[in-house]
Amino acid sequence: METQQALYQYAVRLGDNSLIMAQRLAEWCSNGPILEEDLALTNAALDYLGEAENYYNYALSLEPDGRTADDLAYLRNERQYYNCLLAEQPNGDYAQTMVKLALFSAYLKLLYDALSQSTDTNLSALASKSLKEVKYHFRHSSEWMIRFGHGTEESKSRAQQAIYELWRFTSDMFETTAADATLKGIVPDPASIQSEWNSVINDLLSRCGLKKPEDPYQVKGGYQAKHTEHLGHILCELQFLQRAYPGAKW
Amino acid sequence: MSSTIEQNSPTTVMQERLDQFQARIDADEKIEPKDWMPEEYRKTVLRQMSQHAHSEVIGMQPEGNWILRAPCLRAKKILLAKIQDEGGHGLYLYSAAETLGTGREALIESLHNGKAKYSSIFNYPTLNWADIGAIGWLVDGAAIVNQVSLQRTSYGPYARAMVRICKEESFHQRQGYEIMTTMMRGNSAQKEMAQDAMNRWWWPALMMFGPHDKDSAHTQQSMQWRIKRESNDVLRQRFIDKTIDQAHLIGLTIPDEQLKYNEDTKHWDIGPINWDEFWQVVGGHGLCNEQRMKHHIRAHQDGQWVREAANAFAQKQISFN
Repeated sequence: METQQALYQYAVRLGDNSLIMAQRLAEWCSNGPILEEDLALTNAALDYLGEAENYYNYALSLEPDGRTADDLAYLRNERQYYNCLLAEQPNGDYAQTMVKLALFSAYLKLLYDALSQSTDTNLSALASKSLKEVKYHFRHSSEWMIRFGHGTEESKSRAQQAIYELWRFTSDMFETTAADATLKGIVPDPASIQSEWNSVINDLLSRCGLKKPEDPYQVKGGYQAKHTEHLGHILCELQFLQRAYPGAKW
Repeated sequence: MSSTIEQNSPTTVMQERLDQFQARIDADEKIEPKDWMPEEYRKTVLRQMSQHAHSEVIGMQPEGNWILRAPCLRAKKILLAKIQDEGGHGLYLYSAAETLGTGREALIESLHNGKAKYSSIFNYPTLNWADIGAIGWLVDGAAIVNQVSLQRTSYGPYARAMVRICKEESFHQRQGYEIMTTMMRGNSAQKEMAQDAMNRWWWPALMMFGPHDKDSAHTQQSMQWRIKRESNDVLRQRFIDKTIDQAHLIGLTIPDEQLKYNEDTKHWDIGPINWDEFWQVVGGHGLCNEQRMKHHIRAHQDGQWVREAANAFAQKQISFN
């Protein structure tokens, strides 16, 4: 695989991770437990949406073929999205969303921190910009996990359940693809990010008084565009108008 | 001795206070939270701020209905930001209401038990993407006309909240008009959606200003206390006049066969407003009254354990850095 093509795939994958997370977080609009959290989550959705657009535009600049960021976001089929499985999982209750956001943003925080040092100056600039946002998402979600862990019996049990539910989707974020291999030296090694992530999450869980599941079973496939059934439904809503009125300008 | 008692009788003291209060209002002074105010003034301002806050929050539902389906990244970002603004307005207004001694939790309880109201406009459904344009352009447009006037309302915290809200609302109106303009420049299906949204939102937007002045129960006292600065009909006419030209500019038809420009008054005359529909919706029989309220109650109940956890944690004062 050529570097250019690998960079394209890598940038699209970053975009897809952010886009699908944005779509999920936006579902919280008017559903938050308090108005402040409603705003915080739609704000995070807005951050991820902006990141997705930036990564898509970067990808398209590498292989200009007349397509736009909207075409990438709206006009691919299920087997052409490369987001991790965690991003597409349903929101569940507030504990599940906060745990999901913490696991996801801890990953992005470490990834973007490393990417901000990349020799690819475009990627490093975009990662530096995104880093500020995901740091905040991690702070916000991890503080909620601590509140849940030390709040009430119910909140602790919900947070623990959320970890049990979501844990099996976490290794998927660190899968090494052909693009990662080609970009060795330009992008960080997924295994080293995973090891840092493990220590960040271990530390967080111990602060929360929560634990990982004993069963280490993991499901994988997001970066190969092999998804859970949830993605198709996300795309139905996301793509509705673009599919119903082909070629229309919005 | 007896004459002194006479002069200081409770009725006289109260009348003096009322006169002083009215004199401050007439001098265009702002009334602040700790100032003395007639009980009826407090109730009226609180009712109005509560209704306004709830409207901002309930309004997030019909607009939120299209976030996941917004047709392009730009539109989705703008809609997300706009709905956040509305939620933010809800927050300032709940805080402004709190200055009169009623907290957010109590206001929400009154909403849920039906004592507090929100704007009836949000009991109409958003059926196509152009409805998001129509809400920004017509609904926020109507709200702005009212809110610009409210920047001069006599209760200080409300007036100041309104200054900030107006800045954001005028952006919302442009956002809505931009959606309508884009769709009217688009294909025939898009034009049809835009006109359909216009047909469904025009009259409800006019109803947002409330009943005609002659039928409005609260207007007179509210005007005297300068809670309300201009009457329903004056504000409605201002909205009609500015909106009709905007509609024509992009090729939209106003769904009113009796609409006519009046050369004498230099205003547009409209046909009769269907007040039966208005009162039906106010009375709870709009398409979405039940849905909106159930949604809000469900979200609030689902969040109960989260709020309890946050409170319990705060009590334990565990610090995390």
